[in-house]
This record gives sequence, structure tokens and C-alpha cells, in this order.
Amino acid sequence: MDDSKRTRIARRIAKELPENSIVNLGIGIPTLVTDFIPEGKGILLHSENGFIGLGPAPAPGKETPDLVNAGGHPASILPGGCCFDSSMSFAIIRGKHLDFTILGALEVDEEGNLANYTIPGKFIPGIGGAMDLSVGAKKVVIAMEHVNKHGEPKIVKRCSLPLTAAREVDLIVTDMAFIRVTPRGLVLEEIAEDTTLEEVIKHTGAKLQVAEKLGRF
Amino acid sequence: MKPVLTPEKAVENIKDGASVMVGGFISCGRPSAVLEALFEKGVKNLTIISNDTEKEETGIVKLVMAGRVSKFIGSYIGLNRIMGEKMRSGELKIELSPQGTFVERIRAAGAGLGGVLTPTGLGTAIEEGKEVMNIDGRRFLLEKPLRADFAIVKAKKADKYGNAFAPGSSKNFNVAMAMAADCVILETEEIVEPGKMDPEKVTFPCVFIDLLVPVSRAKAGG
Repeated sequence: MDDSKRTRIARRIAKELPENSIVNLGIGIPTLVTDFIPEGKGILLHSENGFIGLGPAPAPGKETPDLVNAGGHPASILPGGCCFDSSMSFAIIRGKHLDFTILGALEVDEEGNLANYTIPGKFIPGIGGAMDLSVGAKKVVIAMEHVNKHGEPKIVKRCSLPLTAAREVDLIVTDMAFIRVTPRGLVLEEIAEDTTLEEVIKHTGAKLQVAEKLGRF
Repeated sequence: MKPVLTPEKAVENIKDGASVMVGGFISCGRPSAVLEALFEKGVKNLTIISNDTEKEETGIVKLVMAGRVSKFIGSYIGLNRIMGEKMRSGELKIELSPQGTFVERIRAAGAGLGGVLTPTGLGTAIEEGKEVMNIDGRRFLLEKPLRADFAIVKAKKADKYGNAFAPGSSKNFNVAMAMAADCVILETEEIVEPGKMDPEKVTFPCVFIDLLVPVSRAKAGG
């Protein structure tokens, strides 16, 4: 997927983050959200490996081996940040102290089930923080391509891959659509400016209820 | 006061078949010098308990490549493909846990608790074989405490009692692991006299630490 599609997803998600929220960004497309978080909104980023206040990569020569992000890369900590150990970090996650988690996905389904950690027989990198994040964060936002590399829908009726969490997803934001997961099912609230409703429905493997006022992004 | 030892002396009592917790998250907060001494010692059939393995062919990956590890318990093995290869060939047994469950099982062991009740993993493969309890209408998975014979942990500065400080994100799993093993080996960049550590800035209370291993950062290669 080209860069403009990734940034579109990231930019749209950044608009959802209210003032003073504490947010965790997963690897991949979610990390791009940092570029679109407006200054002055008091939004703090939580890093699962032990701090709040994740800042941009330090200038070359200013890295310290004692401060890395969740991908293991040198990080900086912003004013207002704080450090703690992994038990505290996951108490913050599991204890519902995070406002948002932004995660990637392999599949999301009509019930809000999420599959993002393994493809049996192919890809078993492990679990990491994704299961705790999906269960603990107050809002779970999925940032992903609308279709996979084979052109197949990633939003499906029922996940066929092993689940990361059951019924925890709240929002799905792709390069084509902005979808809210509700007890009544998936509600399509916005579509990307360069696509049509027909295209979105065609590339979605689950039932979509279309909002009365369909927005654009 | 705690014994101050070289890395080689510190691993003297680690025998074949031991379970060893290793602190660190990717390459941050890793006790590299003591891990290297463990490699040099040649012990095998180890159970290594660590969140992940680092990307490079160092530390835990090096032990696995040399066939010294029979079991790995952690949360992520995707950083170096050797882990997946050894798992598929049957040489290495791997147990994976969600990261939060992993650290809390270790903390529970160190804190004298009988287990952890967590919602993480409900409705997933993690639930398999485990008891689900209903507490006041909410469902939780019962996860058992996880302890080890040895824990190898990392700090920046320690006093001779073992009070130690780990900065930034280097605390990670080191803190819980220092509570949950019979013998805790602390690799630290600096050792100071009692009174030179601010009691308010202690990451590892001295009670948990058994052996002190001073290793300057340059020497550890980190």
C-alpha cells in the first residue's frame, strides 16, 4: 500500500484522539499516527516496555541504550513523561488506564473479534502486548489496509485466524473506510475521498450498515 | 553486604537443567556480560525465561544456536528466526504468554501469591487448558505463578547491599524477575558504598539481590 494511503489512515485516526488522552500505538501503520497528533492537546503516548511520554527518535548521537520504544529503537521521553517497570506498564494497560490503543490486524469481524498475532503453520512471532492492549484499553482502534496482499477482504463475517481478543474492537479505520463496531454490527460512517460506496462494500467480507449521513475522509 | 563477583564466578552454581530468568526487552536492560559467561560455561538443557530474545546472534539467541536451551518461556520469539526454526525442528519447546500475563505471573511468584486472575486471553487459544473463574459476574483466566532457579537482571548502579537503580525503559522485566528466583544475579555498571544511593530512587530493593556483578558499559558492549 503506498504511503499516501497509510498517512490517510493515520491522519484520520489522529482526529479521534481527545485532549489529554493516553494512547498506545502498535507497530506498523499505528506508529504513523504520531506525525498527526496536534501539539498542545496534551496527548501522551504510552510505550508498553515501560514509560509514558514517548517522543520522537533522538538526534543521532543522542540515543541512550536505556530508552527504547516498543520496537526496540532508540526513543526520547517528552516533558510530562514517567518511567516504570513492565508490571506497572501492564497494570496501566490491563487496568483500563489507557484511553486508546491503535493496533494493526490480519482480520477483524462483525462482532469486533480481532486476529492479529499469528497465521498457523506460517507465522508465529509470538504474542507481545497485543492481547493485553485489546482487552484493557478503553477504546480499541484498528488501523489497517482494507484488503490483504491477495486482494481479499480483511473485514470478514467471522475471523478464521486465531483470535487476539474477542469482541473488543471499537473502530476500524482503513485506506477506504471508517467503520464503527456496535452491538448491532458494523456501521460504515465514512468512506475515503477516492473511493465509492460500491467499492467499499465489494471489498468487505462482512455486512455493513451504512450511516444515514455518510462522511468522507 | 552482598558478594561482588566476576561474571564467571556469578554463574558458577548454574548447572545443566537449570531454569534461568533473563531480564531485558529486546536489547534494552540486558545483562549481556553474565549471559556471555553462561554461554562460556557450557551448561545445557536450560529453561530460559525472558520476554523475547533480541534480534542479533547474541545472548539468548547464541545459547539457543549452541543447543544449550531445551525450553523457552516468554512472550515474543519473532525477532530472530532461529527461535522459530528450532521450534519447528522440535529441538526447542516454546511456551508463549501475553506479555502482561508473563510479567504478572513472575511478580506473583515473587510476591507470594497463588496465582493471577486476568481477563487477557479469554476467548483465545491462551484459554486452552486453563481454569476460568467467575468473580462477581466477571470472567478471568487463572494463570499460575512463574518462578526460576536463577534470575539474571540488569541495573545501572547498585550499592553494596544490593539496592539498585535502572533508568528509563531498562527496568522492564528485571524488577519482577529479581523477586522470583532462588538466586538473583545483578549485573550493574557501577557499585557504590551504602549511603551513596538515594533511598527514594531505588528500583530494586536490596532484599531481592543475591550477587553483584560490576560490568562497565564499555565492557558489556552495550
